[in-house]
Amino acid sequence: MTKTNDMNPVVIKNLKKSYENIEAVNGVSFEVYPEEIFGLIGPDGAGKTTLMRILVSLIDSDEGDVFFKGKSVKENVKFVRSKIGYMPQRFSLYPDLTVNENLRFFGDLFKVPAEEQADRMRKLYEFSKLEPFRNRRADALSGGMKQKLALSSMLMHQPEVIVLDEPTFGVDPVSRSEFWDILKKLRDNGTSILVSTAYMDEAGLCDRVALMFGGKILAQGKPGQLLKNFEESLYLIETDRVYETFKKLENLKIFSEFNLFGDGIHIVDNENRGEQEIIHLLNKNSVDYKSVVSIEACLEDLFLKLIPESDD
Amino acid sequence: MNKILYSIVIKEFKHIFRDSQTLVIVLLMPLVMLFLFGYAITLEMRNIDIAVIDYSKTPQSRRFIENILATDFFKVKHTDISLNRVEQLFFERKAICAAVIPGDFAKNLYKNKRANIQLIIDASDPNAANYIKNYFNQISMMYNSEINLQFGRLFSVEPRIFYNPDLKSDYFFVPGLIAVIVLLISALLTSIAIVREKETGSIEQILVSPVKPVQIIIGKVIPYTVLAFAISVSILLFGYFWFNVPLEGSILLLLGSLILYIVTGLSLGLIVSTVTDSQQVAMMATLLLTILPTIMLSGFIFPVKSMPTVFQYVSLIIPATHFLEIIRGIMLKGNTFFDLKIQLGYLAAISILLIALSVKKFSTKLE
Repeated sequence: MTKTNDMNPVVIKNLKKSYENIEAVNGVSFEVYPEEIFGLIGPDGAGKTTLMRILVSLIDSDEGDVFFKGKSVKENVKFVRSKIGYMPQRFSLYPDLTVNENLRFFGDLFKVPAEEQADRMRKLYEFSKLEPFRNRRADALSGGMKQKLALSSMLMHQPEVIVLDEPTFGVDPVSRSEFWDILKKLRDNGTSILVSTAYMDEAGLCDRVALMFGGKILAQGKPGQLLKNFEESLYLIETDRVYETFKKLENLKIFSEFNLFGDGIHIVDNENRGEQEIIHLLNKNSVDYKSVVSIEACLEDLFLKLIPESDD
Repeated sequence: MNKILYSIVIKEFKHIFRDSQTLVIVLLMPLVMLFLFGYAITLEMRNIDIAVIDYSKTPQSRRFIENILATDFFKVKHTDISLNRVEQLFFERKAICAAVIPGDFAKNLYKNKRANIQLIIDASDPNAANYIKNYFNQISMMYNSEINLQFGRLFSVEPRIFYNPDLKSDYFFVPGLIAVIVLLISALLTSIAIVREKETGSIEQILVSPVKPVQIIIGKVIPYTVLAFAISVSILLFGYFWFNVPLEGSILLLLGSLILYIVTGLSLGLIVSTVTDSQQVAMMATLLLTILPTIMLSGFIFPVKSMPTVFQYVSLIIPATHFLEIIRGIMLKGNTFFDLKIQLGYLAAISILLIALSVKKFSTKLE
């Protein structure tokens, strides 16, 4: 893992950007290595979109440096715009043009010669499976197909680095996993990918991730590695009436850290009590529960643990 | 470079032709307006409802009434009613004027050589009242010269009317309509077309590409120039063949100044699109900036010279003011380039100023 900074496709150093009195990006640094999927994970309003727009030269930063293929983005706007592939958060193709026309238009914009376009489109249709819909208007496509079309359009000029802003937002699970399969294929073919998402489960699909919240990066690294930072034991309380149990725990204040999850309540054992004592405490305070299980922490647990620490 | 521009132009034409609703409106509106102004809306008055109260009941008074009936200005609706009923008729809108011929009309005509007829006019529309007064005066003058041959008229004014001898309002409106419609299409549609890319977010995708802002703008402007030009030429043809509006001057000068005027309209649309972010706001702003002043302040209907001084200055910055003088000058008077250089200069200056401003304001960043 000896990689010199300058060779990396994307290098961001201490980036800052604020709007009036909101600090959208507040001192962010990270690098995207060649041929990897780097995930920017965080909830809405974490500053992911602002950061990406600065990277693709749509917004100027207040402070810090952004390098694309070793060149400063601020001073090489034209270079960045013609080399990078950018897929904005909103579907931003032309709804009244067909799949084929949208692809051709973006091919033309990036000055891809006609013969090359045909070749390129054949390959893009192959992996996107959009071929049967080539003459359908973009506004008649499903959400998942729209996103695949948007991705294909920005791949017409074969960018080596692509930036995708929440590409799977609002897309059904099947289409989401298809989309990630495409991203993996692209990476295996040599593309470096920076992708943002608010879905924690997608973090595991990235090679490396940065957890972003409130304009700051809370932690970054390989998803598996990051979880090793989670040293405390974690217990899952299963119960039929999750919300009521959660409210009761909030009132009791016997545990310092616990969070509501889809499968139940996760208790972080900061005090090193152990399973038996936790069960004892729950019984003593007559908390309604079905079972207490020791579990492995996931990224969401890590996120929730790190968020309070980020407030300084 | 040219490939990108070509691609944007083609794409823009597809947007135009696939939005069939807008296209139908854009194509039909000029025709509807043309026929409205050509037929329904006219500044002349005809078939004015008049009540005639004849106290005289003599051959002389009947002859006068016949003179009134002989024109198609007046339609005698009520005769033999009492004077008290006149106001009621005005109230019920059954007449807007009344002529009262006094009982001694015939007698005075021969004995005193001077007789009076009273004309009562409903002046709730002062413009109409004015017309009625003038028409009526003419009728009575004719009557005078018929029955008083020995007096005759001491002198008379013989008007010779230049450029529009029949005083047809079509001649006035058809060129004017082109001024309104061209502005509507070039300014409104261009501003909406550019703002739409901002609203849907596609501008975000386009900007991250090697395309230059000037290519985006020109690529958007060309299709609408073509559209506006085609529509205005069709109005011209319609005016020429259907309404027989003459074309005295050079057709090349006319088409050339038409293109200059379209460019002015486009530059107005551009400036609107650089400062607005939603199609609705763009539409309202363009309507406010173009259509309203064009119809009210440019001399399209109301002459600029009769406006208060302040508005006369305001009308100078309205492109239509100058274009109306140009197009009416060329079509009706046969003006040449040298007669119109001031107006053409104004248009060119307005366009250059607006384009410079919008290129400066067009941002290749999102903020």
